[in-house]
Amino acid sequence: MPASTSSSVERFDDKARNAFEHAGKTTVYRGELLRHPVYTRVLHWAVALFFFLALFTGFGIYLPWLFRWFTPFFGGGPLSRVMHPYFGVGFVFCFGLQALNWLKPMIWTAADSRWMRNIKGVVSGEEKMDPPDTGFFNAGQKVQFWEIVGGCVVYLITGVVLWAGARTFGRIPVAVSYVLHDISALIMLGGIFIHIYLSTIGEPGTFQSMIRGAVSEAWAWTFHPAWYKQVTGRDPQQDCEEARRKMNSSTKPPKQS
Amino acid sequence: MADRKALQAEMISGHSGASPGLGMQRDLEVCKLVDTTTCIGCKACEVACAEWNDMPFTPTTFDNTYQTMPETRWNFWNLIKFNEHQNPDGTIQWLMRKDQCMHCADPGCLAACPADGAIVKYANGIVDFNQENCIGCEFCVSGCPFEIPRFNPMTKKVYKCTLCSDRVGEGLEPACIKACPTGCLKFGSKDDMKYIAEERAKQLRDNFGWQNAGVYDPQSVGGTHVIYVLHDATDPERYSLPKNPTIPWSYTVWKWLFKPVLGTFALFGFLGVIAHYITSGPRVAQPEPPEKEGPDAGINV
Repeated sequence: MPASTSSSVERFDDKARNAFEHAGKTTVYRGELLRHPVYTRVLHWAVALFFFLALFTGFGIYLPWLFRWFTPFFGGGPLSRVMHPYFGVGFVFCFGLQALNWLKPMIWTAADSRWMRNIKGVVSGEEKMDPPDTGFFNAGQKVQFWEIVGGCVVYLITGVVLWAGARTFGRIPVAVSYVLHDISALIMLGGIFIHIYLSTIGEPGTFQSMIRGAVSEAWAWTFHPAWYKQVTGRDPQQDCEEARRKMNSSTKPPKQS
Repeated sequence: MADRKALQAEMISGHSGASPGLGMQRDLEVCKLVDTTTCIGCKACEVACAEWNDMPFTPTTFDNTYQTMPETRWNFWNLIKFNEHQNPDGTIQWLMRKDQCMHCADPGCLAACPADGAIVKYANGIVDFNQENCIGCEFCVSGCPFEIPRFNPMTKKVYKCTLCSDRVGEGLEPACIKACPTGCLKFGSKDDMKYIAEERAKQLRDNFGWQNAGVYDPQSVGGTHVIYVLHDATDPERYSLPKNPTIPWSYTVWKWLFKPVLGTFALFGFLGVIAHYITSGPRVAQPEPPEKEGPDAGINV
């Protein structure tokens, strides 16, 4: 990407972030760090809204046999089919803005390749903390991000073909688009389960980053140590040990009789 | 009424398996025979179709031909196509062909349709749309090699020729057949119509000098329940019929293989995270409180 383009994207992102910071606010209490500003949060929930609207209307088109009971929420099968592309355009548009917003922290690094090789330890929970070079986003988050970017491209191209139909684009392009559109949706559906799990019960303390925008320092040094180091200037490992010592000394010693 | 048989569904879109009781009664496969060599282009069948199916006529465009409109519409299922074909020797053939749903034995529209019961193929060969189950996705349009299904933007649903399944179910011939004044249209069992068609083609070859006369009953879609006698069966394209109609393979593969398999994988995403939570539990911010010690501490593996 040429330097001028990337800087114009940055100018756009900064402007949007500033505007949204005036519209809303993020309270960061002592012992917390700012994770996601207002702009990011608004985009995230706009993307989520459109995603689920498109998903649920899509269910009715994908397998009416199983999901016909979904369609009355959207006024029936034909109306689901009419609205689905508009929800899809909303999803792609909002995620497009989010993609520009997150382009920089989502760039793949050597640390991410190391994280991926180490994924077994993270998933199994053997590694209590993420590797010390894990930055603002870990490699798993980046994979999902780029999967959605790719998915959006597939959605957009095949979606336009399906929207206009066989009378415009011909029979074979529609028949192929139908398959690709569904494969893309199924990959994203599998991914959304993992995304929701890890951001709620899978790694407690994560959900508030998209609601309030702030996370605890302990959360930050556990899951994103390099980011913690970058924003606080302190060593995550040392701070964690410090906290452990404090916790151990504050727990009551066994009662002496 | 006692001797009348209700139509038996043989294939249903988006639905696994046949309907219960299939084959308890045997239905003859019905067939419409269109002899293009005796069609005079009177359009009586067009009127009869619109009349019987109660479809009001709507304004159309004139494109310097005899044709009523350029192509069939959601409310105009039966259209005589007028083609002017120039032979190599300079002579002109004015070809008239009745265009309507072909009622394929292996219907592409039904293969493409995701909606349960929106498209039904009856045991007598009629392929029918049930609009109450149609979701208007228009995949059938891409599945059909004959460009037959038409979308109605008002109801958001797709319509086409029913082969007058309502009449046939009651033992009557389709409306277009009843209206034909020349006997160019015939209706009966598939075997009978095939026999008559072949006889007529033979007559054309032997007595009238149409050496390539033949029957159009494309086997690439398993045969059709509307067959044509053509002056030149080697070149159906001059009658605006596809030479080798096919159904995109992706529909079959996708519907019966990828859909269940990949759908299961997506479901595994859900089951996977639940299994992860139960077996390995959440990863929490460090430091955690010290683990419990003593006899009631639980088993540490």
